[in-house]
This record gives sequence, structure tokens and C-alpha cells, in this order.
Amino acid sequence: MKLIDKSIDKEGQGYVTLVPEEPEDMWHAYNLISEGDYVRSSTVRKVQSESSTGSSTSNRVRTMLTIAVETIDFDTQACMLRLKGKNVEENQYVKMGAYHTLDLEMNRKFRLTKHEWDSVSLERVEMACDPTKSADLAAVIMQDGLAQICLITSSMTIVRAKIEASIPRKRKNFIQQHEKALAKFYDNIIQGILRHIDFDIVKCVIIASPGFVRDQFYEYMFQMAVKTDNKTLLENKSKFMLIHSSTGFKHSLKEILQDPAVVNKISDTKAASEVKALEVFYTTLQCEPDKAFYGKKHVEKANEAQAIETLLISDNLFRCKDVNLRKEYVKLVDSVRENGGDVKIFSSLHISGEQLEQLTGIAAILRFPMPELDEDDESETED
Amino acid sequence: MDYSEDYDGYDDVYGHSVDDDYYISPSNRQFIYNRENSRDQPKIGEFIRTEQDIQEEDESETASDLSDLDKARLESCIEQIKATLGPLCIPRNELVNIIISNNYNIERATNAVLDDSKNLQSEPKEKVPSIKVVASGGKTTTNVTKGFDLSQNKDSIKLNTTPRSQSPASGRGTPIISQSEGTSEETKIIKSKENKIDVETQYKKERGDSKEHLYMVVIGHVDAGKSTLMGHLLYDLGQVNQKTMHKYEQESRKVGKQSFMYAWVLDETGEERNRGITMDVGRSQFETKSKHVTLLDAPGHKDFIPNMISGAGQADVALLVVDATRGEFETGFDFGGQTREHALLVRSLGVTQLAVAINKLDTVSWSKERFDDISQKLKVFLKQAGFREGDVTFVPCSGLTGQNLVDKPTENELLTWYNGPCLLEVIDNFRTPERPVSKPFRLSINDIFKGTGSGFCVSGRVETGSLNVGERVMVCPSRELSMVKSLYIEDLSQTVVFAGDQATVTLSGIEMQNVSIGNVLCDPQNPVQVSAKFQARIVVFNLTIPITKGFSVILHHQSLVEPAVVSKLISQLNRSTGEVVKKHPRFLSNNTSAIVEIQVSRPIALELYSDCKELGRFMLRVGGVTIAAGLITKIIL
Repeated sequence: MKLIDKSIDKEGQGYVTLVPEEPEDMWHAYNLISEGDYVRSSTVRKVQSESSTGSSTSNRVRTMLTIAVETIDFDTQACMLRLKGKNVEENQYVKMGAYHTLDLEMNRKFRLTKHEWDSVSLERVEMACDPTKSADLAAVIMQDGLAQICLITSSMTIVRAKIEASIPRKRKNFIQQHEKALAKFYDNIIQGILRHIDFDIVKCVIIASPGFVRDQFYEYMFQMAVKTDNKTLLENKSKFMLIHSSTGFKHSLKEILQDPAVVNKISDTKAASEVKALEVFYTTLQCEPDKAFYGKKHVEKANEAQAIETLLISDNLFRCKDVNLRKEYVKLVDSVRENGGDVKIFSSLHISGEQLEQLTGIAAILRFPMPELDEDDESETED
Repeated sequence: MDYSEDYDGYDDVYGHSVDDDYYISPSNRQFIYNRENSRDQPKIGEFIRTEQDIQEEDESETASDLSDLDKARLESCIEQIKATLGPLCIPRNELVNIIISNNYNIERATNAVLDDSKNLQSEPKEKVPSIKVVASGGKTTTNVTKGFDLSQNKDSIKLNTTPRSQSPASGRGTPIISQSEGTSEETKIIKSKENKIDVETQYKKERGDSKEHLYMVVIGHVDAGKSTLMGHLLYDLGQVNQKTMHKYEQESRKVGKQSFMYAWVLDETGEERNRGITMDVGRSQFETKSKHVTLLDAPGHKDFIPNMISGAGQADVALLVVDATRGEFETGFDFGGQTREHALLVRSLGVTQLAVAINKLDTVSWSKERFDDISQKLKVFLKQAGFREGDVTFVPCSGLTGQNLVDKPTENELLTWYNGPCLLEVIDNFRTPERPVSKPFRLSINDIFKGTGSGFCVSGRVETGSLNVGERVMVCPSRELSMVKSLYIEDLSQTVVFAGDQATVTLSGIEMQNVSIGNVLCDPQNPVQVSAKFQARIVVFNLTIPITKGFSVILHHQSLVEPAVVSKLISQLNRSTGEVVKKHPRFLSNNTSAIVEIQVSRPIALELYSDCKELGRFMLRVGGVTIAAGLITKIIL
């Protein structure tokens, strides 16, 4: 993302102008824009005009529009952001108050005006515009009969393909069927890799599986690549990494991102640091349950006592429609920072973020144990 | 009142399955209640417990006239017994008496306590004369189950066939279970009653005269020698001809792995032979004096535990192989090894009889000390895991040299101290569990492949009921109907298969793509329930990170493996009594028991544990470690 222009006054009112440059920027934009904001961008609109004789013609025109956002849709697969709202700036084609749907486009600037820019949004702009890019990673997580091809960027994990096949078990005199099904399954994965992984961008492809599936597959893939003279695969052979995982399901990604070999390659990415923070939370919960809490009520109480050392919060909570609720969360984040605590905003598109979301979306590791929180809770539930 | 149901549930007590000793600090042991005691009570009594407090009072009187030394010995005895048996079920002064009468011998006192608690169990049931607990199985040809003697048998079959009597609820039922049981079951009983009688007579007619069929899974740590032991056993029994064996010997020598020659009998693919480990469940069969045994050779490697679970799910009994080599047993048994995990898994899967083959004893020159040492360690662990002492047999053997497998040992060093049965005799002594043939038909699919003729085949274990050629079956969770074209057991064509059989079913009228591993074939009149959400009572094993709300896990249910989320922690329970300790706990840590709600990523076919034990059990795993086992108590549609 490129920041073109920024004008925010003391009260926090103002606008920024941004140019999204890659799909991930759309995700940042999705997290920035909330209902009631004004977004100004160039768009295409079908305009009907009536000639003097009364015949009407309709044609598409490209025009600049500013809308007051009412609904926001984000498509994770295509990385498309679609904003619907009322026009607030009349021009020759579109009347005031007419509805329009904006599709934010890559490499085309848009201006976002907010009545109040809070610290979380400003931080998001800064993060989005940070030019130091981290390694782009692709992962194939597999087990016999199931494979998933994922792309992992600094703030997103996207499953591009899920391949399922039923593979007959080995039985006496029927080994061929097993091997045939396996070969077909591997072929499908190779197709998936070629289709979904762009080797110009991706710096590393992780193949993860339990047992020996990954070795078998790796061997098979390069045998096939030699056979079919597939240049893309052969040239990028060095990019493949074989890592152990306990299953072929998506949440094994968590294990993979903790593997020392992978950590070395991606240590600077958000994905890895999130996984680590969540891990720390769980360990604390196991060892010192009075120092780890989750749920808004508990975390807020802990914050009142200035006890929070690390706050884990899902970005999903900042996307909520209720303005007041969002303000509460922002206030919480600000106050934790003020008290010298660390705040980690999890991307809800990552595996760790998904898990945090299941865990009410907010969790905290405390500086000192607060057993009274737990007791409070008990007395409440009894009531 | 029907007391047999109380007894019936005894075998499937989950609370037993973990080491009861090391998580309880001595300071809070007194607060932990023991399950055993709860089962002795009439049901209402469960909710009113007082005797724990009373016991303490008169305890000092008995001990008061002892010398200081004796007192100290007594205390240490009590401590040790508690460590072995977990929280105690009998009053302290009674325990003191037992110890004194056994002259401070811990071993004997423990056994006495166990016997005592067994007696306690049967007393209030007013059935004492007819119940005889069979210690290590009689060689009868009729179905003998769960420790009942023959005279009791007919009666217990009748009682057991109603789904209700299979209920685990006997000792520790939550109100939820009993509520949901009510209406749905009544109808089921009526429906199944119609053909119940003729299924049972048909079963007797078909199977009455042939040898009993027993499914045995072989488990143990990786490289304990499971495949080699079984391969050698098969060779000695003449199941593998000499020519093939000679071929294996030559070939294995060629690749420099001659010690694997017997393992090649069961590890058939190139991959398995090259790496020298079993990856998928190997199958074979042999016959003993009174039984037809199907052998399931499970992989020991950690990564293939899903395969092992699907294999063990089909088994009636288990053979645990441990490596006696110095250092090897320790790695396999101590934390992180598969010996513990496997034993816990098979117990959670409902296997109650276990033989332990202490393998590779030739490497320690048939040392009796080593054998005793290992069996002692295992005995304590297995007792905690919930195996009854009488159901566990220890056999010294060597898979590579073939000592004590089929024939009595010839090695002098072994003969000097061992005169027990050889492995084959131990297998022969296993009791065949009762087959629930009159319940509605259920088969859980663990393999799908193209057969020789038209249509395609699915194979799996018939969990309950029976199936005839030409019947219609429903494939759940997709609820598609299909026709049974033919049935096979071990490549032999059959017209009917019964519960307990390992059957291959040729289906027609359905696409192969629409059936996947883990689906359940069932009777269209009495279909299995389908849901993506259910409530369950779980027992948490050893964890590194605690279970919280939203914890993502892998659910193993029969052969099915699906990602799932623990969506709600409803209540934490006392592990032995089942009482609610805490509502809405924040998290579940090691060795707790709880009621939770589980959300599976897509609908699966399942049953309440009270309706069908086999389909009501599941296992939760995370990161390659089994973290919990559970019973389904409520299905949320």
C-alpha cells in the first residue's frame, strides 16, 4: 500500500489517500473501512440519459464518487473489497443520495475519510504501508487422501485448493489399486501446485505431512517433472521444504509455523509471531492459570488493575458494526499500551487468529496472578 | 430392579484410564472420590455422600495399640496402596485391618483390597450366588462375556440386548442422559423386537457349530517387534509356506535386513519393507484349538496412530508387545513412548482383555529379574488404565528365535523359572465377547475399493445387528440408499454377516465418490443419527496446553478422522463420582473429566453411547498426541 496524502486534525478527523498495490492491501483496507466512513474513488457507473426527443440511451461512464459506506464485503479468495453506500457528493451523473457500489481496484487510489481516526486505525495504515515485505510462503499440507494448498502472507492465510480422494487400503493382491489411487492423488496435487503457486513471488514451498507421505510425494513430483520436462518445477526445486506435521488438516499449520526450520525462514512475519504469542498464552494457562485470562469481562477487569503484560486481540473485534463497542476495544488497547503492556493484533485470516476468535477474540497474559478474577466469575455464574 | 446394568457398565469406566497417582498431591487426595465406591450404591445414594467424613473418626482406635514402628509401616503401606489404586474406596480402618492381617505385605494387601471391593460390588445386587467372576477365561464354546459364568449367560444376553442396558449411565449418569433416553429408545426396542428372535436363532444356526471368531490387535511401541513376532507365529503355525519364507529370507538378506524376514510376512508393500516399519494395519488369520483368530498388526510409529486406531477399533482383544532389551522398554514406556498411549487407546476403544508379550527376552539371556521388573511396572500402569488384573496375562517370548510362541519353551534358561502357557495358549484362552446381533444394523466403513465384478466394495466391522444379501442399506451421513449385492468375510462369500464380523460388502445403486471412509452403513428403518454437534463426557489425558473454549482438535470416531472444535465447556466433573465440580470452567487441564460440546466441521454419523457403545466412543488428538477420550451423551441436531 502506498500512502499518497494524509490530513488528520487534532480531534482525529480527516482523511488519508491510499493506493493498494497487492491483494493483501485489500485486506488492510477491509480492516480500515468501517460503516459511516466516506470513501472516494473512481468507479464505473451506468448512466441513463434522455435526449431531447425523448429516447433514452444508457452508457457506462467512469467517474469519481464519494459514498458513505453502509455495507462492506470482502472476498478472501479473490481479495476483492466491495463497498455499498449512498452518494454524498453530487456530480453530473449521480445525484445526492443515490446508491452506488464501489469495487476497490488495485493500483487505483482511494480516499478514506473518517470522523474519528483512532490509534488502531492509524497503526493499521502504518503497517499496511510498511515497505519491508516478508517472505511469501506457500504450504501444501497433506496426508493420505487429503491435501490443502495454502498461501501464507504476513497477514493472511488463504486455502487455494483442497484435494480429497479416497485411497483404498493395501490388501493382499490388491496393492495396485492403492498405488494407482495414490498416483492419481499426487497428480492432482501437482496440478494444484502449478495452478495456484506463482513461483515468481513465492520464496518457499513447505510440504508437510505425517509419516512418509511428504517424502513419497516429493519424490514422485520430481520424477514426474523430469518425465514431463516441467521447467517450472525443476527450476524451483530448491524452494521446496519438507516438514513434519501431525495431520493433513489446516490447523496443523500452527505446528508447521513453529518448526525451527520454518521459523528461520519466516521469523519476521506476523504469522509466526502470532503463533508464538498464542502458544505462550496457552502455556501460561497450563502452568499459572491465574495469569492468563480470556473473554472481554475478565480482560477488562485485569486491565483496571493494570495487570496486562500482553494483550492478544483479534482484528475481527475492530470490524464490529457497533461504534461504541469498537471504541471500547480501542480504549482497552490504548490503555494497555499506556501501562507499558504489549498489544498483539491477530489477523483473523491466520490459523492462530481463527483460534483466538474461537476463544472470544480477546485474551491477556498478566504480569501478576489475579485469582480473584476466577472467583468473581464463579459467584456470578451461580447467581 | 435390574442390577445387571450396573455391572455391565463396569468394564467401560473411563475414569480409570489414566495414572491416578501423579497428578494428585498428597494434600488434596482426601478430596478425590473414588468411582468404585459410587458403583456400590443404589442410584439415589450417589447424590448423598457422607461416609467419607465418617470414616476418619474411628480410624485412630485400631491403630492406637500399635508400636511406632508398626505405625510407620502401616502409613507407608496405605500410601503405597493408595498410589496403586488411586483414591481409596474402603474405609480407612478396614484398610488398616487388611494391612495388619496381611502382615504389612503391600502386594497381598492390595490384592485383598481389590477382592474386597469386588465382593462389595456384588453384594447389594442380590445376585451373589449366580455371579462368578471368571479370572482368566474358560474354554467354553458359547459366548461368555464380561466375567459372567455360563449359568448366568442366557439371562445376561437377554438383558444386554436392550439398548438401555448398554447404558454407561449406571454409575454416574447425568440427568441429561436419562432424559434423552426415554422416548427414542422405546420405539427402537419395539422395532428391533420383531426380528430379534429369528436373528438370534439364525446366528446360532449359522455360527453355532463353527469355531469362535476372535479379532486380535497387536500393539506396542515402534520396533518392539510386533510384526516379527506375528510373522514368526504365522510361520510356525504353517500359515506361510516354506518356499515363501525362504524367498523372504533371501530377499531380506540381499537388502541387509535379515532380522526383518518374519516381519515381511505382514509388511507387504515395498515402502514398508524398505523402511522396516509397519505403516498400515496388516491382516492375517490363524486357528487355535478353539478359536479362529484374525490378526490385526497395528503400526507402532507415532505418525500412524490414526491407522492404529482404525485397526484397534475392530478388535475384541489386544496383544501388547514390549521390548525387553535394556533401555528399549524404558524409551517405549516412559513418557512419550507409544506403549502407554496404545494401551490407553485400546482401553478407551473398549478392549478389556490384554495379553502382554515381553519380547526379545533372549537379548537379556532370559533373565527372570528383567521379566518380573517389566511386568511389575506394566501391572501398575495397566491397573490404572482400567484393565482388570485377571484380564491381563504376561508371556515371555522372543519373536526372532521363536521361543515360547507355539510350543513350550526349549531354552534351559527360561525353563528354570517359567512354566506358564506359551503365546498361542494365551491367545486361545481369550474369551470371545458377546456379539450384539439383535440390535439395528451398523457397519462403519474403513476401506473402499473396486471389487472384481460390478459395483464397488466397502469393508469394515459390523458393529451391531446383521446383514443379508439383497437387503437395502443406508449410507450415512449422506443418507443415500443402496443395495447389498454380495457379502464376503475374508474372501469367502456369505449370505449373512453378523455383529463382530469383518465384512466386505459389495454395494450397487450408489456412486463410489459418494461414499467415504468413516461413513456408516445402517438399517434404513433404524438409521444412525447424523449431526455435526454433540455433547460428550470426556476424560482428559496428559496435555501440554490446556483445553479451552474453541480448542481445535482432531476427532477420531471409528475410522473417521475429522477436524473439530471444542465449542463449549459445560462443566467440569469429579473424575470418579461424576458430580459437577465447576460450571463453565475456563479451561480443562491434565487428568480432568468434563462435559463439553463438540462441533465437527461437517455432519457425521454417530450414536449415543447409551444406544451403541461402538459408535458412541471417540478420541480427541492434537499435534499427534491423544489428549482425551469421550462418550457421546447428547446429540444436538
